[in-house]
Order: sequence, then structure tokens, then C-alpha cells
Amino acid sequence: MFYMLSAASPEIVVLVTACLVLLVDSSLRDRGHAAAYWLAQAGLLLALIGCALLLPRVAGLRWFFGMVVIDPLAVVLKSFVLVLVIVALIYGREYLRPRRWLSGEYFALTLMVALGALVLISAGSLLMVYLGLELMSLSLYALVALHRDAPATSEAAMKYFVLGALASGMLLYGMSLVYGVTGTLDLQTLARTLTAAQTGQPVWVLALVLIIAGVAFKLGTVPFHMWVPDVYQGAATPVTLLVSTAPKIAAYAMAMRLLAMGLSAGAAQWSPILIVLAVASMALGNLVAIAQSDIKRMLAYSTIAHMGFLLLGVLAASPAGYAGAMFYSIVYALMSLGAFGVVILLAGAGPETDRLDEFTGLGRRSPWFALVALILFFSLAGVPPFAGFWAKWFVIKELIHSGHVVVAALAVFFSVIGAYYYLRIIRLMYFDVGEAARPLAADGDLSLALSVNGLAILAIGVMPGVLMSTCLRAIGH
Amino acid sequence: MMLEWVHGRLLFWVPAPAWPVTSIVLQIIVLLIPLMLAVAYLTLAERKVIGYMQVRLGPNRVSLFGVPWLRGWGQPIADAFKLLFKEIIIPAGANRTLFLMAPVLAIGPALAAWAVIPFDPVRHIADINAGLLYVLALTSLGVYGIIIAGWASNSKYAFLGALRSAAQIVSYEIAMGFALVGVLIAAGSLNLRAIVLAQQGGVWHWFALPLLPLFLVYFISGVAETNRAPFDVAEGESEIVAGFHVEYSGMAFAVFFLAEYANMILVSALASVMFLGGWLSPFQGLPWLSPLFARVPDIFWLLAKISFFLLLFLWFRATFPRYRYDQIMRLGWKVFLPITLVWLVVVAVLVMLHVPPWFSGGA
Amino acid sequence: MELGIFYTLAAVVLFAAVMVITVRNPVHAVLFLVLAFLGSAGLWLLLEAEFLAIALVLVYVGAVMVLFLFVVMMLDINLVPLREGFARYLPAGAAVALALASVMGFLLGPRYFGLAQFPAPRRMPADYSNTTALGRLLYTYYLYPFEVAAVILLVAIIAAIALTQRARRRIKTERPERQIHVRRQDRVRLVSMPAEKPAGEGGA
Repeated sequence: MFYMLSAASPEIVVLVTACLVLLVDSSLRDRGHAAAYWLAQAGLLLALIGCALLLPRVAGLRWFFGMVVIDPLAVVLKSFVLVLVIVALIYGREYLRPRRWLSGEYFALTLMVALGALVLISAGSLLMVYLGLELMSLSLYALVALHRDAPATSEAAMKYFVLGALASGMLLYGMSLVYGVTGTLDLQTLARTLTAAQTGQPVWVLALVLIIAGVAFKLGTVPFHMWVPDVYQGAATPVTLLVSTAPKIAAYAMAMRLLAMGLSAGAAQWSPILIVLAVASMALGNLVAIAQSDIKRMLAYSTIAHMGFLLLGVLAASPAGYAGAMFYSIVYALMSLGAFGVVILLAGAGPETDRLDEFTGLGRRSPWFALVALILFFSLAGVPPFAGFWAKWFVIKELIHSGHVVVAALAVFFSVIGAYYYLRIIRLMYFDVGEAARPLAADGDLSLALSVNGLAILAIGVMPGVLMSTCLRAIGH
Repeated sequence: MMLEWVHGRLLFWVPAPAWPVTSIVLQIIVLLIPLMLAVAYLTLAERKVIGYMQVRLGPNRVSLFGVPWLRGWGQPIADAFKLLFKEIIIPAGANRTLFLMAPVLAIGPALAAWAVIPFDPVRHIADINAGLLYVLALTSLGVYGIIIAGWASNSKYAFLGALRSAAQIVSYEIAMGFALVGVLIAAGSLNLRAIVLAQQGGVWHWFALPLLPLFLVYFISGVAETNRAPFDVAEGESEIVAGFHVEYSGMAFAVFFLAEYANMILVSALASVMFLGGWLSPFQGLPWLSPLFARVPDIFWLLAKISFFLLLFLWFRATFPRYRYDQIMRLGWKVFLPITLVWLVVVAVLVMLHVPPWFSGGA
Repeated sequence: MELGIFYTLAAVVLFAAVMVITVRNPVHAVLFLVLAFLGSAGLWLLLEAEFLAIALVLVYVGAVMVLFLFVVMMLDINLVPLREGFARYLPAGAAVALALASVMGFLLGPRYFGLAQFPAPRRMPADYSNTTALGRLLYTYYLYPFEVAAVILLVAIIAAIALTQRARRRIKTERPERQIHVRRQDRVRLVSMPAEKPAGEGGA
């Protein structure tokens, strides 16, 4: 009993915290927001401790009749999701507080996003994959719609919801086909009984296509990318930040659970599909991002491109490839976290324009944060000493290793194109002189978190081996 | 005994393959005729009881067969004939089909739910496993008659009444459902006969005691579900004339009327079965009272309990002023729902710990 | 007998489902949907799944569709704009529908999902309770998904309330307890006041 509960301890802690946050916030009215914030952070921290201390003791086993899988992958990814959400809350509060947008619902729904991601990461059955995904997505839809003072926000929420529901429908349809043919929802049983000959049959191909459509929507890869720019631009910045971090790691976990673990026998079928998705995403994301003048929209297209890159690691269908993709997802989430942190920093308490011009002259206005931004954008571009470079490096190395040389060459080509729009921001920061030289007013929490975030990217860049060996161990290599 | 004899005679005349159907039809008729009579005389009782409460006489003119001491007893029959011969007026712009379908939809579930009520240990039309759920499902269907009537009438008063009624019934159904879950936990079965049998052993074994809050919530929700005073904003004579049935006349109106009263009797019967031990005698297990009442048929106790609840219905109407709409919603959502939720936990704990005298045996 | 009931119910469900999307009046569409649910409940009863059948009626027909009807009745739908663009989108829609139907027809045929692939379910004795079996499964094997599904519903509630309650508690409501406990001193102030006119001036 104790072991069973400790297997779900992070989830339980997060859920209880979310309920407490709602109660505290509604009973304390306006004074409740500070209490709710600290409560949420304490809960997440406790869950993180649970992740670090309790989960390794029950790792390698399946709990709740196989519904929950606790393997090293789950432990690592869950810990990172919790860290990301903690930092996302720090950034988010700095943005929402001066606008008087703080509410108990924001904290509770953010916790629910974390909960959904945790459930999804350790899903051991198709049912849990679906439920975790729905829990996470539903909370995200609500969060996007929460601050709907601008028409763009309502539009974003609507698009996200409708397209998301469509994607869930496709995923569910694919799962129902799998269940219909095999009679099981359990991923381990699927992996054990399925043979490569079986998955070549047309019904399996249809099921795979539908399941991959669901995964691709969550990642935001072409051709299921339509929601990404609108949602990134329309949602309040803290929500965009959340959309682009923890759910991406969860989506990676979902791809792993479904494709690499449950349907690994169908690798010959799903690998070519992923190649198309990945290359199209990198092409479209990197090219369209160049034309953007809105920082959030630009980062949206950059996400599409990065998610395409991440898929490259999965499609290699080898442990080193999975580990590379895992490294990529973690590093990407950290970079995205930092990039949106910088956007929040620039917005300050004033009206938010999200124009790229906001970066003009940042090098003179605030040398330290300009340096942090420099690290983040260099890393996003994949410039050598930073973490983003190593993420691309590991993926491409494994891609060549598994014989996809042309795809690897395309990936490098599009990365070089993509570097242009990141470096443009750096040029704005250091070499352009702007007239609007607003000094930055950063709160203690925000500047500390942002600095740590930037330094973490630098540290991973200097010592990529630490994280990579963790990833390799998590995949079980 | 009589019934079984008639039953046997009739079955003799029909071909063997039709026996089950004939038998069920007969049972239904045997149930419905007394039920309809009960409804008719419930209207009389209502007017009499409220009359006495307000120091009036109530109906005292129409007699049966000219017998002087039956004066007033002919009133329901006279009313029925009056409604029967009146014209059914269909308003201009009304949706004809739905307008005429609505009364049927209102009375259908009210009658169908009687199929699972156990009258004594052996007499019931159907003994289904999920009887409690069946009853809950059917009572939730009754609202369609009201909504469709309000919409199809093409009248703003009727429409407002329908909206109020729909919101009210859906709200109280939740509290009602949770109250029934409490009964389910206590009895360990969804079968109504099993629920009665779980209350055996005298008055203090009846679920009304351990489930007192649920009992009260259930009955009050029942009053609200039937749109009776003080929850009758759906009719709200003072502001929306007569609510959803303002456009109905003649027999169509009478059917709504029948449905309302049949529902009252149904709610009373369910409350008796689930909380007051159904057909069980209150003197069960008492040293010398029990043999004294041993020859009283079981069904008598059930009818007595139903009558008691029906009296409460009338008493409420004479006593309480009508709730305002927002007060109804507050009572349903903010008072009843938390009470039932808390008490569910309490009941679960009582059952887990086998607290005597209710839950000491088995389960 | 059983086959006859099955085909009757199936026909009712199909007819109702077609009517849902073809009738012009949205209220009628909702009512046909109700009919479709009732038919499906009947089909479930045929499968001896009485709990699911009754739960379908209770939850969908008794609560969800009532709220649907509630909303649809209040809408003032103009039918003309609904028809707009019908001809324009028809070819694309028809093509998608045709493609999906042919794929489904090809894949979901007897090869994978035919009756031969699935053994007929065992007949259960009369006292078999579908409710008990379902409950036992739900609270053991499927406990964790069951709880997660409950959390999803909680999120839906939070989201619905957060998104609709835009006015931040500025609504004036009455407090019945304060109304009841009000005393005369709180509401009425007795002021002793001399007469306006000096005595003796009026009169007659």
C-alpha cells in the first residue's frame, strides 16, 4: 500500500495542492493570491522531493495494475516537469501581479497542467495516455482563455480548443483501432505481443497514422501546427511560456510511450511518417519565423522547427536516438522558458507590445540580462558552446549513425537558416540604437530565476555529458 | 387472492404464447386503476386539508349517489368530467406535435416508475437489480414534458416557467441522487426489495435514523422535483400566470395535473420504501405489539406511510410561502449538496465500522 | 424475438441520428438526439448491461440533454445563414466523407472486426448484477484512470466557473440571516421633534 501510494506520490501531492490553492484563494479573497502562490510552490517542491526520494525506490515496476509505469525515464522527466512549472510560476507571477490578473484559478490550473504532464509521463496504458493528455490539454485551453481581454486571446483559445479536440478524437480513434485488433490497452502487453509483420497490415497503418496525428498535434509539428502561432501570440505571456515548456516534455514522453515502447514493432511504419513531419516542420518553422516581427509569434515558429528536430531523434528508433530526443526536449524546454522569461522581463509592468524592437539597445540598458538573452538565443540557434548545440549534435550524430544521412543534411541546412532570426535579435540588442530606452525594472525573484536559467543553459553547454548520460541511463542504454 | 383468481381465469382465455404479455398488462391495469383513483381523491384531500387548515370547509357540494354524508366526495369525478368535455385549444404558432406530446411525456415516466415499487415481499411488477437507478432515471425524464410544453406553447409565460422548472429539476436531481447513493451504501443493493429487507427489525432499523440528513434532503428535493409548493416557481401564479401549462386546457391540462399528483405519490412511496422500511410494520420485534398487528397486511403499512408523506405535501403548501428563484438555487447547491456529500462520508464510515444497530450484520 | 428487438432499436437509433443532422429546427434536433440515446440504452439492455443503459438515460437524457435543450430553446437561430455556403463546402465535405467512409469500409470489414474475430459473450444468470461487476472492476483495476477522469471533470468545473464568472463579486445579494436578525434600532430612528406650528395658532 505504501509503495503503491508512493508510486503516485508526486501526482497526489500536486492534486491536493491544487485543491488547497482553490480553497485558500476563495476563502481569503484578494489577500489569498500571495498565499496561493506560496502554497502552489511549496506543493510543487514537495512533489519534486517525492519524485527524487520516493520514486527511485519503486522504480522499474508497474503500479496500479500496470496503469502507472515508474522507470528511470519517468523519474527524470517528472522531475524536470516539476522544475519547469516552478520556474514558470515565478516568471508568471511577475507578469500577472502588476496587471492585477493573478487569480487562484491561474495557480490551480497550472498545477493541473503539471498533474496532467505527470500522469502522461508515467502512463502504462493507452487509457492513461489519453486521460493524462486530456487533463493537461483541458487545463491549457482554460488557461489560454483565462485572460481574454483581447479578441486575439478568445480566438487563440477557440482555435486551440477546437483543433485540440479534433486531435484528441484522432488519437482516440487510433487507440480504439489498436484495442479492437489486439483486445488490450496495456502498452507492455502490446509491446510483447506485437510483431513487425502484424504492423504492416493496413489497419495498423491507419491506427499508427491516427496516433501519430495526435502526438504531432501536441508537439505542434507540421501539418498540425496551425494552432501554435495563434496560441503563442494570443495567450498571456505566462500561459504561452507554460504551453511551450512542460507540455513539450510530456508530449515527448507520450511519443516515447506510444511509439517507442508500445508500438515499437511498427518502427518501420512510423519512422517514414515521422521523417515527413520532421522535415516539413523544420522547413516551415525556420522559414516563416524569419518574416515575423512579433517576438511571441517568432518563438512559435521556432517551436515548430525545434519540435521537428526533436522528432528526428525519435525516428532513429534506437536508444541513443531516444536519449538524444530526450536531451533535446529538456534543453528546448529550458531555452523556451528562458526566452519567454526575457519577454516577460521586457514587458515589465507597462503595456506589452511583443515587438522585436523591444530588444533594441538592451545591451546598454541592462548588460547582464542582455548577456542572459545572448546565451539563450545563441543556444536556440545552436551555436557551439551552448546547450542547444549539443542537443542538435546528439540527434544528428544518431541520425547519421542510423543511416538517415540525407535527413541529417537537411536538418543542418534548416538550422543554419534558422540561426538568422535568432542572431537578428542579438544584433538588435547590441548593435542597434533605439530611441525607446526604457530602463528595466526586474523583481528579485525574476532576475534570480532568469539568471539561473541562463547559467543552466551555459552549464549544460559546457558539460553536456552529465545530462546526456542521465538521459542514456533513463532510456536504459 | 381475488386478483390471483381473476388472473388465472383470464389467462385461460388467451393463447399460451401471449401469457407473459397478458399477465403484465393485467398487473399494470391492477396498479393503474387504484393509482388514478388515488390521484383523484388526493386532489379532494388537498382541498379539504388545506380548507380545514385555513378554517374553511373545502368542497362540500357534489355528493355521490345523493348520499348526504358523502357530500364533497363526488367533486373529483365532477372535475374530471368537466375537463374531459372541454376543448383542447392549440395556440396560434404553437408547435402542434410537441404541444400534444408534452403531457404524454410528463405522465409517462410518472407512471412507468411504479413498475419497480415493491408493495409487499412478493407483489411488484418488476424486480430489477438496478431498481434505484431505474427510478432515478425515470424521475429525471419527467422534466421533458414540462420543458417541451413550455417551448411548444409559443408563449412567454409558459417558456419562462419551463426554463425555471428545467433549472430547478436538474439542480435538485443532484442532491436527490446523492441522497440515494447514501441509501445504496447503507443497503448494499440497488434493488428496492433488498433495500426494504435491509431495514428489517423494527423502527430503529429504518434508514430514516442513520440517514436522517439524507432523508430530509431527499424528501425536500422530492417536493422540489414535483414542482410543488414552496418550490412551485415554475407555475408561479403571481408572476407568470400558470407557468408551463398556461396554454393548456381540457384533457391536456388534466394529464399534466395527473402527472403532478402521480409524481407526488411516487415520491412519497419511494421515501417510504427507502427510509421508512416500505411495507415493514413499525411494531416489528416488539414483545406484544408485534403479534397484535400480525394479521394486518403488509401493504397497509406502506399505504399508511405514503399517506403520511402526502399529508406533508399538503401541509407544506398550506404553510410555506413560495421560495424565490435564487433562494431555490441557493438551497439546492449550497445547502443540500454539501450536506449530502458530508453525510455520504459519514454513512460510508458507519458501514465500514459495522456500527450497530443498523450495520452490524454482514455486508 | 431478440433479433427483432435489436433491429427495431437499431433502426430507431439510425433514424434518430439521421434526423438530428437533417432537421431544420434545433429543438427538434435535440429531441431526436434524446430518442437516439434512448434507443442506444435499449440496445445496451439487450446486452444485459443494465447499469450502462440506465446510466445513459440518467446522465445524458436526464441531465445533459435537458441543459442542451435549455440553451437551444433560448437561442434565436436564423436558419438562412446556416444554409449559406452549403453548396460551396459540399464538394470538399463530400470528398472527405467519401474518403473516410471508403477507408473505414476497407479496414473495418470482417477481416479484423468481423463476428468471427470475437466470441459471443457468455449468457449471464438472472441474478447477475452488471452494476456489481462494473463497480468491482472500476475500483480495482481501473482505480487510477477512474480518479484521473474525476480530476478532468474537476478541471472542467474550475474552467467553466473561471471563464464565466467575469464580474468580480460586485453582484448585490441579500443575506437572509442578516435580514432575520435585524432589530428595530437598526432601521428606524425615532426623533423627538417639536410641533411645527405653535400651539393655539391652528384650530377651528
